[in-house]
Amino acid sequence: MATTTELAAEAPEGIGILLPAGADLFWGAVCFVILFGVLWKAVLPKARKALAERTDAIEGGIERAEAAQTEAQEVLEQYKAQLAEARHEAARLRQEAQEQGAALIAEMRAEGQRQREEIVAAGHAQVEADRKVASAALRQDIGKLATDLAGKLVGESLEDHARQSRVIDRFLDDLEEKAEATR
Amino acid sequence: MEHPLNAHALTPTPLAAGDGFHTPSIAEFFPDAVLFEGTIFELTRIRMALILITLVIAALFVIGMRKPKLVPRGGQNVAEVAIDFVRNQIAFETLGKKEGNRYLPYLVTLFFFVFGANILAITPGVNIAATSTIGLPFLLAIITWAIYHVQGVREHGFVGYVKVQTVVPGVPKALAPVVILLEALQALVIRPFSLMLRLMANMMAGHILLVLFFSGASYLLLEGGGLLPVAGVGSAVMGLAFTGFELFVAALQAYIFTLLTAMYINMAISHEH
Repeated sequence: MATTTELAAEAPEGIGILLPAGADLFWGAVCFVILFGVLWKAVLPKARKALAERTDAIEGGIERAEAAQTEAQEVLEQYKAQLAEARHEAARLRQEAQEQGAALIAEMRAEGQRQREEIVAAGHAQVEADRKVASAALRQDIGKLATDLAGKLVGESLEDHARQSRVIDRFLDDLEEKAEATR
Repeated sequence: MEHPLNAHALTPTPLAAGDGFHTPSIAEFFPDAVLFEGTIFELTRIRMALILITLVIAALFVIGMRKPKLVPRGGQNVAEVAIDFVRNQIAFETLGKKEGNRYLPYLVTLFFFVFGANILAITPGVNIAATSTIGLPFLLAIITWAIYHVQGVREHGFVGYVKVQTVVPGVPKALAPVVILLEALQALVIRPFSLMLRLMANMMAGHILLVLFFSGASYLLLEGGGLLPVAGVGSAVMGLAFTGFELFVAALQAYIFTLLTAMYINMAISHEH
């Protein structure tokens, strides 16, 4: 390094330090232009592009997430609607089944009633018929017994049928009248 | 370093009364030419360092942004953070998004050029910022000055631009001429001058401080008697601390220069007054 005095001879003094040296301006300008050119043409466009792509990616991601959320919401709504519909349908079916069951029970009850009445009626008819048969048989038997008895008592055979039956009838009518009277 | 005897003979100032104390002087900012002496292409070690740091910065950015990925890694991350700082903290903050993007190339270049030139102050082997002589600050201040005038005239037309820069609304009629004169002086002279001088003076003072501390440390440690070497250690520690501080100043001055440039451009092209 040179000594202070040697340097001092070249160094500007006083206001002189505010006068730019031509070489400083020249090399400064060269360096500035180099840096400006590189940054302007090569670096900043790439930085700008990277930033735009990143913004796109982030915003795109947010948009996609929002779309997915909307879709999920829609599916949920649909599902809820379907569930409500199914519940409604189930309730309707249950009610229908209840109604049908009740109708069935009523119908069966009516049928049972009818059958019972039929059976009862048939029984009554049977009983009546049996009674009539029995009554007729009895009448005949009693007639025969009575005539037999009377014949034995009177000692004469009452063969004549007409007379026989007239007597029997009269006898029976008398009996019935007595029965009626005693009642 | 000078030879002690030689220095004793040549620098008989009170501060350098002892042997070999190196006083920081203005001469250090004007080192010898290495090449092309006396021409406009004259290269000194400072100018060569400036060229080198410019190429290094350009290369770092080019390598960092060579293949930009969606998710930045390593060099790209650093380059993007650096660009984003100027974009968001200076350009968008001052000029808004549209105009900020328009002037971004100049502002980014300005910031990193000034920062690169400034950190030469603490680059071992260089130790003087390229911005501590008037040349570079002058050049950059003139570019900023030209940009805001040209863009202002483009935006408002010549008459409109003169009005924008000089007429302050709400000034009493009697004072108007004075205010107009002051505003014109500000736009034409004071702004570029303050830009230029602030940068140069800061970097020059930083260098002088560092020289003072380190040459003091060297003198006290090597030649001081008694307890003086202890003070020399203190001086060295202060020198290291101020080296860190110079790094901060380098970034701060680059930021201030760039921010003021953005603000001056905004004042010139803005429609709201």
